[in-house]
Amino acid sequence: MGWAGIGRLVVFALLVAFLTMPDAFAFVFEPLTENNAPAIYNQGSLWSLTVSHLTIVFGAGLASTVLAVALGIFVTRPSGLEFLPLSRSLVNIGQTFPPIAVLAVAVPLVGFGEAPTFIALFLYGLLPIFENTLGGLTQVPPLTLDAARGMGMGPTRRLFSVELPLALPVILAGIRLSIIINLGTATIGSTVAAKGLGEVIIAGLQSNNLAFVLQGGLVVALLAVLIHGLMGGIERFALRRLGGERGGALA
Amino acid sequence: MIAIEHLTKTIGGQTIVDDVSMGVEAGTLTVIVGTSGAGKSTLLRMINRLIAPTSGRVLINGQDTMAIPEDTLRHRIGYVIQGNGLFPHRTVSGNIATVPHLLGWDAKRIDKRVNDLLVLFQLDPAEFARKYPHELSGGQQQRVGVARALAAEPTLLLMDEPFGALDPVIRSKAQEDLLSIQRRFGTTIVLVTHDMEEAFRLGDRIAVMDDARLLQYGTPAELLISPAEGFVERLVGTTERPFRLLSLTRVADALEPGAASGEPIEMDANLRDALSHLMWCGQHMLPVRDATGAIRGRVSVDGILAHARKPI
Amino acid sequence: MIAPARDRGGPIRPDGDVVVGSGVDRLGALVAMMIGVGLLAVPLVTYRANRIVAGDTRSVMEALPLVGAVGLIVALVAIAGIAVLVRQPPLRLAAAAIGMALLFPAIGWAASYLTPPGNTFARVSPAAGFWLIGLALALLLADCLTRLRFGPWERLASLALAFALLAVLLASGSWNDVSLVREYAGRAESFWREGRQHLFLALGSLSAAILIGFPLGVLCHRARILKGATLQVLNIIQTIPSIALFGILMVPLGYLAAVSPLAHALGIRGIGAAPALVALFLYSLLPVVANTVVGLDQVAAPVVDAARGMGLSRRQQLFQVKLPLAFPIILTGIRIVLVQNLGLATVAALIGGGGLGTFIFQGIGQTAMDLVLLGAIPIVAMAFAAAVVLDAVVDLASGVRP
Repeated sequence: MGWAGIGRLVVFALLVAFLTMPDAFAFVFEPLTENNAPAIYNQGSLWSLTVSHLTIVFGAGLASTVLAVALGIFVTRPSGLEFLPLSRSLVNIGQTFPPIAVLAVAVPLVGFGEAPTFIALFLYGLLPIFENTLGGLTQVPPLTLDAARGMGMGPTRRLFSVELPLALPVILAGIRLSIIINLGTATIGSTVAAKGLGEVIIAGLQSNNLAFVLQGGLVVALLAVLIHGLMGGIERFALRRLGGERGGALA
Repeated sequence: MIAIEHLTKTIGGQTIVDDVSMGVEAGTLTVIVGTSGAGKSTLLRMINRLIAPTSGRVLINGQDTMAIPEDTLRHRIGYVIQGNGLFPHRTVSGNIATVPHLLGWDAKRIDKRVNDLLVLFQLDPAEFARKYPHELSGGQQQRVGVARALAAEPTLLLMDEPFGALDPVIRSKAQEDLLSIQRRFGTTIVLVTHDMEEAFRLGDRIAVMDDARLLQYGTPAELLISPAEGFVERLVGTTERPFRLLSLTRVADALEPGAASGEPIEMDANLRDALSHLMWCGQHMLPVRDATGAIRGRVSVDGILAHARKPI
Repeated sequence: MIAPARDRGGPIRPDGDVVVGSGVDRLGALVAMMIGVGLLAVPLVTYRANRIVAGDTRSVMEALPLVGAVGLIVALVAIAGIAVLVRQPPLRLAAAAIGMALLFPAIGWAASYLTPPGNTFARVSPAAGFWLIGLALALLLADCLTRLRFGPWERLASLALAFALLAVLLASGSWNDVSLVREYAGRAESFWREGRQHLFLALGSLSAAILIGFPLGVLCHRARILKGATLQVLNIIQTIPSIALFGILMVPLGYLAAVSPLAHALGIRGIGAAPALVALFLYSLLPVVANTVVGLDQVAAPVVDAARGMGLSRRQQLFQVKLPLAFPIILTGIRIVLVQNLGLATVAALIGGGGLGTFIFQGIGQTAMDLVLLGAIPIVAMAFAAAVVLDAVVDLASGVRP
């Protein structure tokens, strides 16, 4: 384990400690408060807010992954190939929609709470995964596909034993990007009453309590760093199994 | 013209070029040949100071290159590399005009020079001047690369595997063009290659490098007749030796008095071609004529073979 | 190497379109289905007695006078038929454009028709039918535009045309009774003010990011050590949620305003535009710096070698060779930043920084969908236009090269 790994372990330990016994860290945030305002968020448990935050992010992430990968596979199959150019344009257009606008438009349709946040995260999370699935599947060298065909593999077998394994690192990178973006975006969900760490930040903004803003933001940022590291590790593992540094699209 | 004195380059404890000394005469074409990693490119790039030597020095016309500001030095030395390194965002004429622009030539002079060079390299200015590199074939790109290096009329031209990316037919044409340009301008050329054929074909003198050291430096004939033991011997190749020797010798050198019947052979042809011709026609001897067409004597199979024998 | 002609897919034309035998166009079928559902199964508009209360829905037949409703239905059915049966992209494009040109005024007409004369409280807003048909036509339009492979100038012209038509629609007054425009009419002044503020936030932070990030990228390109550290820090900044970063920046800026009269005089405050600008600037740095570095790094080694060998100084190498070759990639970074900033500037409203987000958050607070849309639609339109324009510029900039 390198220094980065040890650093992540320390960050993880600190984060767990802070979430389970936040009051022990009150002295860190006290200098930021005014007029004896509480230094640690006191309108709910930080731990359970973190859990709901992660639940909604990963739940939406799972849903986006299933749909985006399925769509990516569909438009690269012969039967769906005619939709490939269109789907590329749609991805490009989709990325110009700010997540907050998606969230705001979802509220009138499904009401307040977790649902609009879930929809916004789900829709916004689709784009990076879909794009990388396309990228990964279309990057598979034609020679490799020819070889697979030459060995008598049928289309389904080729997909599952050649194309998807080769595209896996790129697809994983898309999922990681999607999750990281959504970790931040989910905080905005609290403006429409979704349970999550955004609640802490918004409460801080409303009561002019910077300690809240900072601890909410810090927890989300640390989660992002940890998840980024963890998923990066999974990608490297998948890449190593392919035996090389093919990671052009992983940046 | 160039004196390389005890030139050494070490990077991180590894010696890339090890105490190389050699001289290059003005107006000659010197080929540095060796396997990849032998240090030949590094040696070349120390001449125009793209790489700074660890020790030793390079004199050009008696002047230490370290005394000349490096950009000024490079403006005076043409430089051609494999894959040509043309600027993709500039047209053919823009590429060729690069150094003249840097030197502040006036527009008229630049235009004329670009035009002359394009004509010289058989690229119609009307058609090619405004094209971009990606619109050219590999051979055309290579010619533009050489034209660009010659633009500021340098007296010295450094070429690093200039024909490495070309296919055999185009490569052979490019080699011929280079020889005729060298004869025409009298440019001193130092060329790096890993191809022994190319070295024998082009070089007035050949320097063989291996494992950072200069093993042998001499004329092609010297290399063939008395190759340094080991690497040079293997590189020169023992099976091809007599034929290579023949191709270095002109018919004039094997001229015998007397007459013969049949189609005459040119005086300037090399002995290898002459032998090949004799064998093909099934003749033992053929008459030889000079450039004016006058018969000067004859050449025989035995006479030719004597030139292929190992000199004692 | 032969391109992978995926089996059973039929021959692939050089332009990538699959030639499927005659028969229905599957995207066309989807478009037709959406139009059908939009016309028959779901309401076209919603009618509410005032802007807050829940509304009743109106189908096409109820929303328009008989002749209008029948006309709209016939026209849209014809367009659906073209989508299914006609394959020539220009014809399909024309059909989709005509559909749009009918649908939008139809909503305006419905609004005027349903609103009792003189009633300024009633609200008529587009409902699922409008959105579904609009989406179907947009899909068809996007598909045609993709297939036609427009060059950059043609794309810019299409964008200009679309905005001109939108301007004509709004200026003609035919949408004056639609709830969205009524919502606007009540706050026209603040709409333009917040719109300008939104642009100021997005463009101001972008300019600052270019001014700082571009030289920083050049430095990172030259000094490897600097590159690793800089990109790592900028990457971490990206992981901080926007509302938290906006909030956190209130601390140092508030402090600065308190201790430095100059900063105070310059308008720097703990709340408002200053933290928003700084936060957007920080988010913008990564794409600008990273793309500058990548752009400079990817210039082919032989090109740089040749430039050095010909005696170009470092400055000449940078300005005459590397930067022109890196320019399209740097522009791509600027495109990412601009689109991202136009979206993120929305959050500025939460810390008093203004911008169109003001309407979105007010709308969420009042559960007024129209108000949310009044903020969201211009943001999406600006981001979309920025993406199209900069994509075209990138294409033009890299046009001379393969």
